[in-house]
Amino acid sequence: MAAIEVHNLSKCYGGVRALDSVSFAVERGELFGLIGPDGAGKTTLFRLLATLLNADEGVATVDGFDIKSDYRAIRSRVGYMPGRFSLYPDLSVEENLRFFAALFGVTIEESYDLIAPIYKQIEPFRTRRAGKLSGGMKQKLALSCALIHRPSVLFLDEPTTGVDAVSRSEFWDMLAGLKKRGITILVSTPYMDEASRCDRIALCNEGHILGIDTPEGIVRGFDKKLYGIGAKNMYALLERARRADGVEDCYPFGEKHHLVADEGFDKGRFKALLSDVEGLEIVEAEPTIEDMFIKLMKR
Amino acid sequence: MRTFIVLVQKEFLQIRRNSFLPKLIIAFPILVMLLMPLIMTMDVRNVNVAVVDLDRSTTSRRIASHIEASEYLMLAHTTAEYPLAMDALEQGTVDVIVQIPADFERDMTVATPERISITANAVNATKGGMGMQYVVQTIAKTLAELRGEKSPANMSELVTVENRFNPTLNYRHYMIPALMIILFILICGFLPALSIVGEKESGSIEQINVTPISRFTFTLSKLVPYWIIGLFVVTIAMLVARLVYGLVPVGSIGAIYLGALLFILTISGFSLTIANFSETMQQAMFVMFFFIMIFMLMSGLLTPVDSMPVWAQRFTLILPPRYYVEILRSVYLKGTTIAELWTNFAALGGFALIFNTLAALTYKKQA
Repeated sequence: MAAIEVHNLSKCYGGVRALDSVSFAVERGELFGLIGPDGAGKTTLFRLLATLLNADEGVATVDGFDIKSDYRAIRSRVGYMPGRFSLYPDLSVEENLRFFAALFGVTIEESYDLIAPIYKQIEPFRTRRAGKLSGGMKQKLALSCALIHRPSVLFLDEPTTGVDAVSRSEFWDMLAGLKKRGITILVSTPYMDEASRCDRIALCNEGHILGIDTPEGIVRGFDKKLYGIGAKNMYALLERARRADGVEDCYPFGEKHHLVADEGFDKGRFKALLSDVEGLEIVEAEPTIEDMFIKLMKR
Repeated sequence: MRTFIVLVQKEFLQIRRNSFLPKLIIAFPILVMLLMPLIMTMDVRNVNVAVVDLDRSTTSRRIASHIEASEYLMLAHTTAEYPLAMDALEQGTVDVIVQIPADFERDMTVATPERISITANAVNATKGGMGMQYVVQTIAKTLAELRGEKSPANMSELVTVENRFNPTLNYRHYMIPALMIILFILICGFLPALSIVGEKESGSIEQINVTPISRFTFTLSKLVPYWIIGLFVVTIAMLVARLVYGLVPVGSIGAIYLGALLFILTISGFSLTIANFSETMQQAMFVMFFFIMIFMLMSGLLTPVDSMPVWAQRFTLILPPRYYVEILRSVYLKGTTIAELWTNFAALGGFALIFNTLAALTYKKQA
């Protein structure tokens, strides 16, 4: 049985369908990523699975328990880390941890081996008030608190938003460590580059799941030829390229533009057509998850 | 049980960590009890009186000197011209004018004299009315004295007055119980609501909601600290009343504490119910304030319920402070026992049950 199973789950806020008939399953011990921009419905999905919201339609189970009828059982076996820091800012690091341990009827010592790799980094500041910690330390404390009762499933809602690049990378290393200990992790992120750290990912947009696969599988699904193009005047280039023959799509991508080629595209002809563009260069590019996301979103 | 203790400990820790709350909890009751009884007084003092003396006799001078001697009245002017006194009344420097007609003393002994006329400024109805009464009493006393001196057979007084339970008609003794209730409303009414809404604003309630803690346990853990604080506040207030104003309850202290406990339960449950329906501090504050205004003005704290219109008197039956103010005043001033006041205690108990159940039921762990 899968750790998380979701069938046709829907949730409306007023007239807005935040989550529209979403289905997926997460295997035990899997690190599963929900990738998508703000407003994709990621937080709503987390709140439903963490039993903070009631679904309008559909069913879901977490660790084999129904989110509606067995919500009590779920609360004692999942760890939830909301997107916003929501521990007590006026309690110290250690007080927060001890408090949440007590709520679950455990002690810090009992779970120390599990949280140690994370907690050790903030232990020197254990008397500092949580509200006075830096962003990365707050996030480590929140993760320690979410792990204190040895949950079998971990929900992490945008844990790396607003965290510097080094801390983000460290955080994913910590998740990899937790995964090794058999914890199922459902994590969301708006950053496409983090997707490759997941076992499988679901691309979400506007309440729908556009595709689910391994990061490599997602990229492999990009069946068109992709080029990176550049010139002195990037904006004019974008306009011209979009009007050129055989160009399915062209969009800014980092310092280059990515050009999705149709069957009728010919590199030589494209260059000839845009010969008056100063500093034109065109090279073949490897598709990324972001390219796939843009492609799926436009469909 | 262990989780409950941990939750309560956390509440106290948070209160202690707050830079403002502990000071408020200690200083606020003391300040209110020290200052407010001096300020909130309905005793009318310093009534300025102008005497228009057209008689210029021993009697008229005796009346003026008695007015001057009264602790409530101040002799502002003595003049022989009514228009002058009237000007002063219009300017507000004089509250009451006493005009003693010419030949008052002579006529008094021989025939029916022309009457003394009293004019009062009644813009402030209480001050005008009371001032007028004091003046009438003072004059009547003076005249009685004069008559007594003339006929040595002392006329026995025809009326005796006794003020039961508050012999000196001390308004403070009436107000102090009301002030204690205002303290409860502010400390045990506002603070729990702010504490819950504060958790909503900081998001920490989300973390609590995903734990197996039941909503009853969580709600109770929010209340217990304020019950303890409330009992602490009533103790401070009673001490100040005793040490500063010499006001010792005639009845049992146990009755006061039992009433306090029930009232604190009621008001804090009420406050949590409001918190459950509020998303922000402003919202909670405004809704609380709306109800507190009604509580303060309609529960008989400041003005007696008996003098309200009948429909308003009926309405006061659903206001919890009404019952506690009655308990406090009767126990403090009359020494009424719990058995005699059982309907009030029962009403408070009922309110406590209703509001706390409502608070626990409306607290949603799921939306």
